[in-house]
Amino acid sequence: MKKFISGDDAVAEGVRLAKPHVISAYPITPQTITVERLSEMVEDGSLVSEYMHVESEHSAMACAIGVSSVGARAFTATSSQGLLYMSECLPYASGARLPIVMMNANRALATPWNIYGDQMDSMFLLNSGWIQVYVEDAQEALDMMIQAYRIAEDEAVMTPVMVNLDGFVLTHTYELVDIPLQEKVDAFLPPIATRDQVMSLDAPKSLCITAGNDFNQEFKMKQDRDMQSSTAVIEAVDKAFGDAFGRYYKGMMDAYRCEDAEVILVTVGSVTGTAKTVCNQLRDEGKKVGVLKLRYLRPFPTQGLCDVLKSTKAIGVIDKNISFGYEGTIFTNVNSALVTLKERPETLNFIGGLGGRDITKQDIRGVFDTLISKAAGNAEERIQYMNVRCAE
Amino acid sequence: MTQKWNAKTLTNKELFYGHKACGGCGESLAVRLAMKVLGEKAFAALPAGCMSAVSFIYPNMAFTTNAIITPFASTGAVASGMAAGLKALGIEDTYVVGFAGDGGTADIGIQALSGAIDRNDNIVYICNDNEAYMNTGIQKSGLTPYGSKTTTTPAGQNLPGSITMKKNMFEIVAAHDIAYAATASVGYLEDFMNKVQKAKETKGTSYIHVFAPCPTGWGHETHITIDLAKQAVDCGLWYLAEYENGAFKLNRNPKEFASVEDYLKVQSRFKHLTSQDVALIIDERDKKWAKMRRDWTE
Repeated sequence: MKKFISGDDAVAEGVRLAKPHVISAYPITPQTITVERLSEMVEDGSLVSEYMHVESEHSAMACAIGVSSVGARAFTATSSQGLLYMSECLPYASGARLPIVMMNANRALATPWNIYGDQMDSMFLLNSGWIQVYVEDAQEALDMMIQAYRIAEDEAVMTPVMVNLDGFVLTHTYELVDIPLQEKVDAFLPPIATRDQVMSLDAPKSLCITAGNDFNQEFKMKQDRDMQSSTAVIEAVDKAFGDAFGRYYKGMMDAYRCEDAEVILVTVGSVTGTAKTVCNQLRDEGKKVGVLKLRYLRPFPTQGLCDVLKSTKAIGVIDKNISFGYEGTIFTNVNSALVTLKERPETLNFIGGLGGRDITKQDIRGVFDTLISKAAGNAEERIQYMNVRCAE
Repeated sequence: MTQKWNAKTLTNKELFYGHKACGGCGESLAVRLAMKVLGEKAFAALPAGCMSAVSFIYPNMAFTTNAIITPFASTGAVASGMAAGLKALGIEDTYVVGFAGDGGTADIGIQALSGAIDRNDNIVYICNDNEAYMNTGIQKSGLTPYGSKTTTTPAGQNLPGSITMKKNMFEIVAAHDIAYAATASVGYLEDFMNKVQKAKETKGTSYIHVFAPCPTGWGHETHITIDLAKQAVDCGLWYLAEYENGAFKLNRNPKEFASVEDYLKVQSRFKHLTSQDVALIIDERDKKWAKMRRDWTE
C-alpha cells in the first residue's frame, strides 16, 4: 500500500511494523510528528506497545536501557539538543550491548540555534558506540526502522542503532511511500530473541558493570571488533531486505555512476538526491562524475570506500557539520580511510547546509566545477564553506 | 495475609553479599535486608554511588538477582523501563527496585524519580540517605544537614560546615500523591523491612527513605551504626512516618526526645559545632515536629 506521508510519518509507520514492546520519548522539533503518530497508533490499538511519557530525553534513553536490559524491544526518538542531553546514556546502551533503535532527526545545535536541519548533532556522537545510518528519503527512513532492529538484534552485533534523517528536508516533506505488509515484515523481522547479554529469571545478570584497568580495555576492544564486523551483517540484512521487499540500498554505501568517474562527490543524507540530479546533468554534458552516498558512518566502510575512490582524480566531501578549529567530520573520516591507499586522490571539503541553509543544485554544480578544476591540476582551497553571505 | 518480617521470619539466604562496602556501612545493610524482603524475583537498578561501586566489579557481582548500574540521574527512569519491559514480555510476579543515595535521589535523580511517580510506574524506590556524596569522598548533597562538615562544606572561622537544612524529600515525593511513601531508619530494622514489604505489595510507585549512617563519612565508630540510626530517630532529628491514601501518619512520636548533643558528639562531622549551632538544630527540629504533630495522624 502506498501513502503520501512525511519522513516523520514514515518513521512511525516503520516502527509500527517493527512492533517495539515499549516506546519512551520526549518531544523535540522536528521529531515530534513521529512520536505523535506513535502515540495515536498506541491509542487506536494498531500498535500494541507501552508508550512511556518520560520527562526528558535523558530519561527516554535511560528508560529504553531498562526496557532492553530485560530483553524487550525498545524504541525512542530525538533530535539535536535532545540527543546531546541523552548522550551520557548512549555508551551505557552500547557498552551493555543493548539492541535499542533510535530515530534522530538531524538538527542544528545551539548557539545560534534553530530548529532546521544540519548534522552537527549526530556527529558529536560518532564515538558513542552506536551504529549510525543516514537515510536519503522517507522510504529509506521507513525501511531502515525495520532493518535497524534486525541488525541491532543480530547475535553477532547486539549493538544499538541510530537512524538519522535530515530535519525538515526529510522529516517534514511528503513523499509517496510504500508501506510493507505486516506479514512480510514479521517474516523478515522475527520477535526479539533472548540473548545471553540480557537479564532473565533463570540466569540472573548484572549489567552495565564496572571493570577496572585489569579488564576494561578488553571489553572495549571486543565492542570495537564486533562493531567492525557488523558490516557483514549490515550488508546481509540489506540484501535480505531487498529480496523480500524489492528495495536494495546497497548496504554500507551506494556508489552512483562511480565506475569510470574521475570526480566523485561524497554525500551523507538527503543532499544525495540533489547531488545525483546534478551528476546526471553533468554526465549528459560528458563529464565523468559520480556520487558516493555514505549510508553508515559507524561502522565506517574503510575498505569499500577505498575500492570505489581509488582511481578517482578528485574527491569532494560535503559536510553539514563543522568540527570547530579543524574541518568537516566526514572529511576527516574519508581522508583517514584514503591514507590506506598507495596513491591518494586529491580531496576537498565543502562545508554547507549549517542551520538548515539550503544546498541547491547550483551549489552542487559549483562543487563539481571546483572538483573538475582540481582534477585538471589547478589549485583549489582545501576546505571551503559553500554559499557564504559574509566576508570570510 | 501480609508477611511480617523480623529476625525469625527473615531468610538466611543472601541476595546481596561479597561486596566491598566499608565496615559498619548502614546503606549496604539496608540494601541487603530490602533484597531479602523483595526476594529472588527482584530486578535492581542502582546509579553511580557507593552501592554500585562496591558490588559490580568484574568479575565479582554482589547481587545474585538481576541488577543494573544506571546513569547517575536515571534510577527512576531505568527502573521504569525495566518494569515496562517485564510487563510487555508478560514476565509476572517480579519486583523492580531502585536503590539510590541521597545525592542520587534528592539532587541529580529527582527529575527521573518525579517522572516515575507521575506515571505511577510499578517500582519500589529506596533512597539510602547517608547525608552526603560518600562514594566520591564526602561532599555535600541536598540531604546534608545543617552544621555537617563535608569536604565541600569545610568548617572554619566563617562557616559551620553545611549551612542548609535537609531537603524534605519525603514530603516532596508525597506531594506527587504517590501510592505509598515512608521514612525508615536502619536503627529500626523491623519497621524498615515491613515498609519494604508494604512497598512490594503496592501497585504503582512506592518510595522509602531510609536513614543510614556512614562511619567513613560521619566519623563515628563502626560498631555504633545501628545505635546511631536509632538515636537519630529518638532525638527527633529523623522520624518514622508513612504517606498513603493522601494522608501522613507518624509511626513513632516520642514523649520526650533523647539528647541531640549525645547524637552529635560521637560524630566527627559535628565536632566543631558551637552551642548556638546546636540550639539552631534543636529549634529547627522542634518546628518540624510541631508541624508533624499538628498535621499528621499517629
